Amino acid sequence: MDLHFTSAEPTPQERAAIDGFLSRLPAGGPRRQYLLPALHVVQTSAGWISEGALNHLCRGLGVPPAEAFGVADFYALLSTREQPRAIAHVCDDIGCMPKGAESLCNAMEATLGPAGSTGGGPSAWQRSPCLGMCERAPAALVVVAGENPSEQAIGPATAAVVLGALAGDAPPEPGVAASLPQAGAAGLRLLARAGSIDPTSIGAYESAGGFTALRRALEMGAEAIFSEVTSARLVGRGGAAFPTGVKWAAVRREPAPRYLICNADESEPGTFKDRVLMEGDPFALVESMVIAGFATGCERGYVYIRGEYPLAATRLENAMARCRERGLLGDDIAGSGFSFDVELRRGAGAYICGEETALMNSIEGFRGEPRNKPPFPTQVGLFGRPTVINNVETLVNVPLVLTMGAEAFASIGTERSTGPKLFCVSGQVARPGVYEADFGITLREMIELAGGLAGSGKLQAVLLGGAAGAFVGPDDLDVPLTFEGTRAIGATLGSAVIMPFDDGAYLPAVLRRIAEFFRDESCGQCVPCRVGTVRQEELLQRLASNDVHGSREDEVALLAEIGRVMRDASICGLGHTASSAIESALARLPLPEEPK
Amino acid sequence: MSDNLKAPDPLVPVPQGPVPVLPTGSRKSVEITIDGATVAVPEGATLLEAGRMQGIDTPTLCFLENLTPVNVCRICVVELEGSRTLVPACSRKVEAGMVIHTDSERVRHSRRLVLELLASSVDVSTAPQFQDYMSRYEAEPSRFGPPGPPAAAGERDSARPGHHHAPDGSTASRVAQPVKIDNELYVRDYSKCILCYKCVEACGVDAQNTFAIAVAGRGFGARIATEYDVTLPDSACVYCGNCIGVCPTGALMFKSEHDMRAAGTWDESAQSQTDTICPYCGVGCTLTVHAQHDLIVKVTSPLDQDVANGHLCIKGRFGWEWVNQDKDRD
Ligand SMILES: Cc1cc2nc3c(=O)[nH]c(=O)nc-3n(C[C@H](O)[C@H](O)[C@H](O)COP(=O)(O)O)c2cc1C
Ligand code: SF4
Ligand code: SF4
Ligand code: SF4
Ligand code: FES
Ligand code: FES
Repeated sequence: MDLHFTSAEPTPQERAAIDGFLSRLPAGGPRRQYLLPALHVVQTSAGWISEGALNHLCRGLGVPPAEAFGVADFYALLSTREQPRAIAHVCDDIGCMPKGAESLCNAMEATLGPAGSTGGGPSAWQRSPCLGMCERAPAALVVVAGENPSEQAIGPATAAVVLGALAGDAPPEPGVAASLPQAGAAGLRLLARAGSIDPTSIGAYESAGGFTALRRALEMGAEAIFSEVTSARLVGRGGAAFPTGVKWAAVRREPAPRYLICNADESEPGTFKDRVLMEGDPFALVESMVIAGFATGCERGYVYIRGEYPLAATRLENAMARCRERGLLGDDIAGSGFSFDVELRRGAGAYICGEETALMNSIEGFRGEPRNKPPFPTQVGLFGRPTVINNVETLVNVPLVLTMGAEAFASIGTERSTGPKLFCVSGQVARPGVYEADFGITLREMIELAGGLAGSGKLQAVLLGGAAGAFVGPDDLDVPLTFEGTRAIGATLGSAVIMPFDDGAYLPAVLRRIAEFFRDESCGQCVPCRVGTVRQEELLQRLASNDVHGSREDEVALLAEIGRVMRDASICGLGHTASSAIESALARLPLPEEPK
Repeated sequence: MSDNLKAPDPLVPVPQGPVPVLPTGSRKSVEITIDGATVAVPEGATLLEAGRMQGIDTPTLCFLENLTPVNVCRICVVELEGSRTLVPACSRKVEAGMVIHTDSERVRHSRRLVLELLASSVDVSTAPQFQDYMSRYEAEPSRFGPPGPPAAAGERDSARPGHHHAPDGSTASRVAQPVKIDNELYVRDYSKCILCYKCVEACGVDAQNTFAIAVAGRGFGARIATEYDVTLPDSACVYCGNCIGVCPTGALMFKSEHDMRAAGTWDESAQSQTDTICPYCGVGCTLTVHAQHDLIVKVTSPLDQDVANGHLCIKGRFGWEWVNQDKDRD
């Protein structure tokens, strides 16, 4: 195809950064898939993606500039407009709201001007949806571009620390153990190592039992691993609760080449378990992927990690490099004849890219728009090939199934929710963090495990499962935390978010923030979600400011109609669930009409 | 990003975008039930085609026979028994035993809401078919409140993905904005854009292979754009006008039509349509010449025509200005 370019040229720095990147790409083969990594390179070196830089990288990759622009302009962490090199992304989402997010934003505004303004100075700030650090609320992410680029996750954040990081200071890093209140406790399975061992040392991992499962797996053979995982009745932990064995079986039936994807995009508000796992026990994910790749006959793996997770990405890169050195990743793994490598791809600020088919489009260098299903990814997935996609936590359960044995694994939890489970507990609890518990623990016990309620101590509601989940009230505390138990009360376990709100929270404002989230994160492809999420936000704003059209009942009825078309006619899960939590709160909770 | 990047196996086909291609070749038939009637339809047919065979008129907005289905507008959804959600008729293939309802309360509700959501945010005044659908489904777009203010020129083009100005909820946000007029041949009035993706497909792999325009932005900020919103003369556009030919709402419009509408002289009742063969080259594309009072006002091309499939080039589409100039001289 003949490409046409405008006359804009890159700066020498942009040209050098792009040429350096292009020179590392393999010769031949499709290049479009390197578009997002290339955009990251430009963003990191220049702080934005200029027209000249885009032209230059499009020449190198053979991508039409209009399409590349459409891709760049899809992601919140990429900027197609000139902006300061240092940007603070300050979370104002529901987990950080009760922990002082608004006063942090006010302080940022007092120093740097309104959010999103690019008024000439060297740094600026923006509001951000949940950064996946709710246990350290309020959270912020500071990204500095240029010759010495840096990305710093900050939590709990104060204006002074954020401003310092914008100026180049290193913020305090509390260490992953701070997010794991159970760290070091006996009896932990998924969290046996996280927070207790040096996550950068392959030796430490091995001494703590690492690679036992991989060695066993290579001896057992693919068929045996597959049947263990199936009889363990492992169910996906990414939110959709799909049986892993069934998914694997579907891909094993399809012809090679096949691909394995680890979904580490974790952007559901309130969710941070995968981040903590990757920061605290990165080798476990690499080992798990090799085993899963072996069992499903995949020849290559991809980890798609959320762009806001710099530390987890660094730890995974390190773990992959150490494993390659040791012959545990790459060609002829541990002398078994099985070859499998994993590539890390970073997202760039788009919740929708956690949806499995949007994620695949994102890797392939297209906009992160979900595909219509069928065909399902098990048949037509990444690069059009059969693809297994699993969540981080799902994969990390696989070595456990092999070391414990399927029977022992399945005896944990309940008949339909087997094994240990990670929970993301944040909001008004005394000790927020990632907790491991057997399926079946009740919501009340979970909150007690996290030190009980904080704030006023009087519970108003709990958000279960995430922004795509449901609110439950104080009467529901005895619900067992299992897939079937939550479903029985019309809720969902989702991504295992447990976020209690005390009676001081003004829930209509929380619901409005959830509506804002879905509007911002809709890919925009289909009408029910693209416009429905806007109408939903407008309506929630009217409810929150008690300035309704007609009566409150009229508004609730209209919201139900908007929710219904989003659920019935949207393309993907984002639209299907965009009104779930909001409608659950309106149905179950006595909502105040005015803030106290 | 790893330092040691590896491309997938070179045998892996280069991805051609998200939508699979319809299978062709000899077709067996499968039995499905549509609105109570059990019928045999060719394997590989879509539910839309199956419905049409039964005389069922399913509304469509983003579907066009000569483009790959993108299934984004969702107006065509039908109820498939056993499916949690409704399914898009334009792209869902028939499977033996499917039980389909094309006019249930649930279907009508979704269609009505899709129309209301669109009409409350987009100017559909030059989309006649849309108006028909609105009355068929009794759509009342004003339910979401009075229309919000239009955006200033360039405002929607410079929105940040994932951010927007908080609405106060008193009005219904719209995509209204000034018309983009940057060349003599056609105008882009994105106040009228329902984001059906047809123009992007026509400009890209489905017809023109020029890739001058793409979808940019995200969510309600998603829009059709050139790179950095450069003007059409600065973009890759070759003025084939194929995007105008597929646009269902009049967002993309011949400048001649746009100017006449602005002057109040556009009068479809006084227009004639004449099919002819394009005189410019040997390909032989069919042109439909629209004339009003002996002046050519626009040129379209029938979709069902084998040679061009409705797509033309700049000469056939716009190369008639001299005819009018001759007329002016008379
Ligand atoms: C809008 C949306 C966002 C999602 N985000 C994630 C995510 O961040 N991580 C994840 O594992 N699954 C996410 N999912 C679910 C995935 O589509 C998919 O079901 C999951 O990765 C499968 O893995 P599992 O079977 O191991 O759970 C998301 C789904 C939707 C609809
Ligand atoms: S439901 Fe929303 S996020 Fe999903 S495809 Fe439609 S617009 Fe995109
Ligand atoms: S006129 Fe042709 S080349 Fe120009 S944008 Fe439309 S389809 Fe593309
Ligand atoms: S400009 Fe027309 S063809 Fe293009 S997306 Fe908008 S409505 Fe569809
Ligand atoms: S990090 Fe702020 S809500 Fe999750
Ligand atoms: S016509 Fe089927 S989704 Fe648009």
